[in-house]
Amino acid sequence: MAMNVSVKSLVIKLALFAFAMLGFSYAMVPIYKSACDAGWLDATRVDLSNPYANVNRNVDTSNTQVDKSRWITVEFVASTNEKMPWNFEAQQKSVRIHPGEMTNVVYDVVNTTDRETVGVAVPSYGPALAVQYFKKVECFCFTKQVMAPHEHRGMPVVFVVTPDLPKDVNTITLSYTFFEVKS
Amino acid sequence: MEAVHDHGHEHHPSGIMRWVTTTNHKDIGTLYLFFSLIMFFFAGSLAMGIRAELFQPGLQFMQPNTFNQLTTMHGLIMVFGAIMPAFVGFANWQVPLMIGAPDMALPRLNNWSFWLLPMAAILLVGSFFVPGGAAAGGWTMYPPLFIQGGLSGDMTIFAVHILGISSILGSINIITTIMNMRAPGMTYMKMPLFVWTWFITAFLLVAVMPVLAGAVTMLLTDRHFDTHFFNAAGGGDPVMFQHIFWFFGHPEVYIMILPAFGIVSSIIPTFARKPLFGYASMVYATASIAILSFIVWAHHMYSVGMPTAAQLYFMYATMLIAVPTGVKVFNWIATMWEGSMTFETPMLFAIAFVALFTIGGFTGIVLAVVPVDIQLQDTYYVVAHFHYVLVSGSLFAIFAGAYYWLPKWTGHMYNETLGKWHFWLSMIGFNILFFPQHFLGLAGMPRRIPDYALQFADFNMISSIGGFMFGATQLLFVIVVIKCVRGGTKATAQVWEGADTLEWTIPSPAPYHTFATPPVIK
Repeated sequence: MAMNVSVKSLVIKLALFAFAMLGFSYAMVPIYKSACDAGWLDATRVDLSNPYANVNRNVDTSNTQVDKSRWITVEFVASTNEKMPWNFEAQQKSVRIHPGEMTNVVYDVVNTTDRETVGVAVPSYGPALAVQYFKKVECFCFTKQVMAPHEHRGMPVVFVVTPDLPKDVNTITLSYTFFEVKS
Repeated sequence: MEAVHDHGHEHHPSGIMRWVTTTNHKDIGTLYLFFSLIMFFFAGSLAMGIRAELFQPGLQFMQPNTFNQLTTMHGLIMVFGAIMPAFVGFANWQVPLMIGAPDMALPRLNNWSFWLLPMAAILLVGSFFVPGGAAAGGWTMYPPLFIQGGLSGDMTIFAVHILGISSILGSINIITTIMNMRAPGMTYMKMPLFVWTWFITAFLLVAVMPVLAGAVTMLLTDRHFDTHFFNAAGGGDPVMFQHIFWFFGHPEVYIMILPAFGIVSSIIPTFARKPLFGYASMVYATASIAILSFIVWAHHMYSVGMPTAAQLYFMYATMLIAVPTGVKVFNWIATMWEGSMTFETPMLFAIAFVALFTIGGFTGIVLAVVPVDIQLQDTYYVVAHFHYVLVSGSLFAIFAGAYYWLPKWTGHMYNETLGKWHFWLSMIGFNILFFPQHFLGLAGMPRRIPDYALQFADFNMISSIGGFMFGATQLLFVIVVIKCVRGGTKATAQVWEGADTLEWTIPSPAPYHTFATPPVIK
């Protein structure tokens, strides 16, 4: 009978329920990740096990043909997040290439600190639509890069710009930003 | 049990300290109601700024960032500062009176629940005056935009925390009161429907306000403490915020409408002079709506890229809510059917509620349809939809309740002529304001943008004229309330001929202490 429930125990139960719901809001973080991995909530995933798979999903350079009639300029921008203690720059500021041509560029990365540091680079493209024509065969992005104290390293990127790139795009800017990952 | 004083006489400090230290449910209810009235006018004046800017295409009065601040703070303050505290005010006044209890179960906690609110209001209103101005990323606070805002983002987060704590404490108090302090014989299925709807609403609040608190805490730690809950570069996902927010947000919209159902379910039987049709089905429908509210959240975010199966699930689950809601609407109509109806101001607002809330409900079903919603996402159709359920739904029910119980609270009848003017001008102004927004949305006008393409100019001008009319009309309500508090025809205990719940058995105005001896329930 409800009338016999003491006020105190009821208040404690309700307060515990509120705290449990606060905990549930944080539990939603792993639940959400599992639901996305299981394919229930995220229709944009191509490879369920790898959230970044769709970034390079159409990598297929087998049939690309070099279009010698066209020149395009690819510019390389390298930047670091404001909290990232690395020096990061491309060896070339830009290259002039034909669509369909396999191209190799190298970025120089220096860890300026006295400690081992882990970083992840995230790419972006200008114009944004260039992403579907920019096929990377080799890239250091999205994977954790571990750099020993004061280590210098060259990081390569191998790519092809597919020949179906719209005619009005003459310049593509590939921009990488390194973020520090704290383990 | 906390001491509930059984004084038969009035006994309280006078002046400002009466209100600061009060533990009396009637005083606290009054505080909540006046607080929400002040916040209603503040947030309403922000809306007047929005409609002034949208009166013509182009930028006339403000920069886009200022406009965004107005839309954001209008939403946040109306939801958390006006509608919700108004319903808590009604609960404080009416729940003890309707169940025959001498006061709330936890009177001191009740005092604290209220006095947290002005603190949150200071943070929200004050955020307009910090560098960068108030939060401008929309009331939903979506990252990544919200994370990038200035100091006002933190003030908004803390305000939401405080408002959440206040709501949780208030809800615990209401649940405890209803479960422990009903007069002998007042079984659950004899409780007036207003008490039932608040009982269920209070459970919703205890369940989801902590989830909102968790979501904004994640925003806060993303902003300042290097977490990456919503930062894709750090392995987080901004879409996850939308899932967490709307897991709170959908029950929240029912928190803002269930007490309105309760008020309307009290008023319609009184003025139709018939008992409420289908009382038990009303209770079960309310509970069903509350339970369903937890499993439909993603219909607010069909366009984020969910698999078709998930979209279909959320679509069907959402449409299912129309069933218990339809039960309620038909019950209200059946209550009026062949009743001896009179049309005093509370009844007019209640009937307008039934008609206009139903329009808002229908546009809700339209928006539940995935392909339609993807077309209408973030257009003025959505704005029209939720203002039909929140203004002509929640707000009209609040006005109806205020007119209905003002004679009991003040001991005077309000001015019926002014009340009717307030109703008709509100009714007409509201529809001029929001009905054209359906057309604007169907034609593709996006919300939260200070400028628009020329083809939207005519409907926007009509909408703004309705907006100024609706806004100015609300000043009449203040006049009615002030006149009613100061004097007027003496109200009888019964007040309304057809009223039969417990609060109408005590004198008007309600004495400072009531039901020191529990009433006998037949």
